[in-house]
Amino acid sequence: MTAILEVKNLSKSFGGIKAVQDVSFDLMEGELLALIGPNGAGKSTCFNMLMGQLPPNSGSILFDGKELVGLPTRKIWQYGVGRTFQITATYPTMTVIENVQTALLSFHQRSFNFFSRAKTSYLDEAAELLSLVGMADQADRPAAVLAYGDLKRLELAIALSNAPRLLLMDEPTAGMAPSERIELMALAGRIVEERGLSILFTEHDMDVVFAHSHRIMVLNRGELIASGSVEEIRANPRVQEVYLGGGSVFADEGAS
Amino acid sequence: MGVLVAELLAGLANAAALFLVASGLSLIFGVTRIVNFAHGSFYMLGAFIGYSAMQVLPGAIGFWAATLVAAVAVGLIGVIVEFLVLRQVYKAPELFQLVATFGVILVIQDLALLVWGPEDLLGPRAPGLKGVVHILGEPVPSYDLALIGITPFVLLVLWYLISRTRVGILVRAATQDREMVGALGVNQAWLFTGVFFLGSLLAGLGGALQLPKGGADLLMDFNILASVFVVVVIGGMGSIPGAFIAAVLISVLNVFGVKFIPQSTLVLMFIVMAVVLLIRPYGLLGREEAPGEHGQVGDPEQPISPLQSTGKLVVAGILVVLALFPIFDSPFLLVLMTDVIIVSLFAVSLHFMLSLGGLVSFGHAAFFGGGAYAAALLVHYVDTPMSLALLMAPLLAGFLALIIGWFCIRLTGVYFAMLTLAFAQLVWSVVFQWGEVTGGDDGIVNIWPAAWASSTTVYYYLTLVIGVGGIILMRHVAHSPFGYSVRASRDSILRAEATGINTKRIQWVTIAFAGAMAGLAGGLFVFSKGSVFPTELEIAKSFDALIMVFLGGVKTLSGPIVGASSLTIVQDFLSRFEYWRLALGLLIILIVILAPEGLVGSARKLGNRIGLGRSEGPGT
Ligand SMILES: Nc1ncnc2c1ncn2[C@@H]1O[C@H](COP(=O)(O)OP(=O)(O)O)[C@@H](O)[C@H]1O
Ligand SMILES: [Mg+2]
Repeated sequence: MTAILEVKNLSKSFGGIKAVQDVSFDLMEGELLALIGPNGAGKSTCFNMLMGQLPPNSGSILFDGKELVGLPTRKIWQYGVGRTFQITATYPTMTVIENVQTALLSFHQRSFNFFSRAKTSYLDEAAELLSLVGMADQADRPAAVLAYGDLKRLELAIALSNAPRLLLMDEPTAGMAPSERIELMALAGRIVEERGLSILFTEHDMDVVFAHSHRIMVLNRGELIASGSVEEIRANPRVQEVYLGGGSVFADEGAS
Repeated sequence: MGVLVAELLAGLANAAALFLVASGLSLIFGVTRIVNFAHGSFYMLGAFIGYSAMQVLPGAIGFWAATLVAAVAVGLIGVIVEFLVLRQVYKAPELFQLVATFGVILVIQDLALLVWGPEDLLGPRAPGLKGVVHILGEPVPSYDLALIGITPFVLLVLWYLISRTRVGILVRAATQDREMVGALGVNQAWLFTGVFFLGSLLAGLGGALQLPKGGADLLMDFNILASVFVVVVIGGMGSIPGAFIAAVLISVLNVFGVKFIPQSTLVLMFIVMAVVLLIRPYGLLGREEAPGEHGQVGDPEQPISPLQSTGKLVVAGILVVLALFPIFDSPFLLVLMTDVIIVSLFAVSLHFMLSLGGLVSFGHAAFFGGGAYAAALLVHYVDTPMSLALLMAPLLAGFLALIIGWFCIRLTGVYFAMLTLAFAQLVWSVVFQWGEVTGGDDGIVNIWPAAWASSTTVYYYLTLVIGVGGIILMRHVAHSPFGYSVRASRDSILRAEATGINTKRIQWVTIAFAGAMAGLAGGLFVFSKGSVFPTELEIAKSFDALIMVFLGGVKTLSGPIVGASSLTIVQDFLSRFEYWRLALGLLIILIVILAPEGLVGSARKLGNRIGLGRSEGPGT
């Protein structure tokens, strides 16, 4: 297996706060990698640097051998990276399918086309992405009226519209019912298998993390404190201590 | 040397009124986030009320007492305006605040006309300060020296109020973090009213204090508006020391400009502003505006879709009716309808960037007037045939929009709006002051259509074809991939950039396209009137278009056409009455408060309520 993403010594501070410190990791092709950590650990900041939305103070990010640091977000998307946001970012004044069509139009480099009809462009491709995430029946509803869980799934469809090789999902199941969470992560797992892409995701729900990730990294106060398989992370005393203060979720997990 | 010092002192004296008005505006913006376009009107009221008070109060004490009376009176008027009008729009987008305060401007204009009459009033000289003092051999009016002393004094008082008193601490807290004031358990409504009182008082004081230098007239409100905005934007919105520095800078620059380059004093001010904003986009002492400050008014905007067959039939029907208008054989009606089509095209072009693009421009007249002047100059100087001039008008206006847009897309929200306004004023001042080329105030006349189109009827048909063609083109583009990218860049920059859309470039092209279409309207306008004057580039012209877009309903595609047609026709009707501004102003304020979704938006809502439309379906 080769690494699709190589992150080396990535750091970012905001004023005095060291949000991310010296983080290094590799993401393999076809891997479903979880990044966990308490609130404020620096997960979203990591994602923002990976996607070019924040410039790191130092460090390097190689995607498929190409340096991403310094590139604008849209360039990183063109290389084949898609992302979803912790707080969903969609176009509320468009219908669900138009949200996907707009992304597809960009992917096919037609954003500056003045003459064709957007509404009838890439309808099939958009419908296919929507059925993949289970949103086909809501295709013509305005995005503004969607339930939060549905917005998350719409965002996933949008993020897949450039046929990405790497998908970054920041808390993809936040705001969903537990059954929906399992379903969505199962879908993510299927997408990884079928399309051969790699996913880096953050998640609060430990059930989801332990059930679906291939590997887990733990971030605390901006520093990576552990990385390994599900079993290794469960057993890691340092993780138990910092992440959950010797918390109960792990114990529950172990017992169940 | 003596001359230079005298000039410097004159500049500092002029800075007084400018600083007072600008600091009031800045204070109000800093706390309430309202851009009070009626601030110039408060300044004007200060002058008028001060004048009347000075008639009754005698002597030196009377003069200064009258000044204070005027200031307090204007402060109270400000409170009334805040209470009746602005409270309704605190959370609304900039456009609503502009429209509401513009209504206030109209109302105050006519009330002032009613009370003080149309004549300019010569300000009384300040008793005891009528003479001149010789400094380095140059005569300097004593009153100027008094003003130079008063300005820093007011600055000091404001500084004390804000940094040393409890209310001031609240004001500062509100300026920096609006959530916090609520957390401190302060009644925000009273804080806002208090700030409005102080801000209006400062404007009134400015108006009264400049009486001995400039008197009082009905044009004062708009005349000071542009400079005040330049000062506030250069200084940084919300910063009072910034307003002071900028007022001094602009005023001193002005007197030296008059001395050394009299042809370009106005231009100079706007160039300084553009340079400052390029280096410090939020002004000298301003802070970056947090995005998403403004809430929504009404329901969220609905998805759009191209017209279905019924819609197309309705449009075809309207077009047939429009085409049949000449059978009424009424030149008056044809001229009015020509105007309606031209302003509709203008309003739709503004709607494209403002509503679809989320780019709230307060200076769209630059492109309308730009197109008009481009056509007029081409005809006047190189005898360009009409058809070529009509082609060049949108191209040149679009090119102007590319240049202005290049600067403006760096900013967002209120700062974007202010910068567009300043650029429009820059274009206006170039045209106004470059008399040898543009004819200055006298405009360019004798720009008639080609012989084949010279009859009112033929020109009406020409306008109908080009105007409606332009509107249809814009609608088509709204439904094109570009139109979707434009809306995407407005809805979520984050999402758009994360899906490969270059939002800044999209916005740049949007401005150029909308500018070009406004220029086309300007071209049609010139040949319909046979002349063009700098008024086509004025702030009031930009505001007209904004009000049309608002009146029709910002969130609808057909809104600007409905708004433009109804405003033009209502204006045509109302302007026969003496106090039509008062009526129009009240009407506008009422609509802002009662039907903020505009004519089309409200009609659609009503239709939905009685079960005509689909509640979730695409809008028109
Ligand atoms: N734009 C920003 N400016 C200042 N501080 C920030 C910014 N973004 C994040 N932070 C800080 O960085 C730290 C990490 O935040 P974040 O990456 O959002 O954590 P997580 O996603 O793991 O909850 C937090 O202390 C947060 O307050
Ligand atoms: Mg986060």
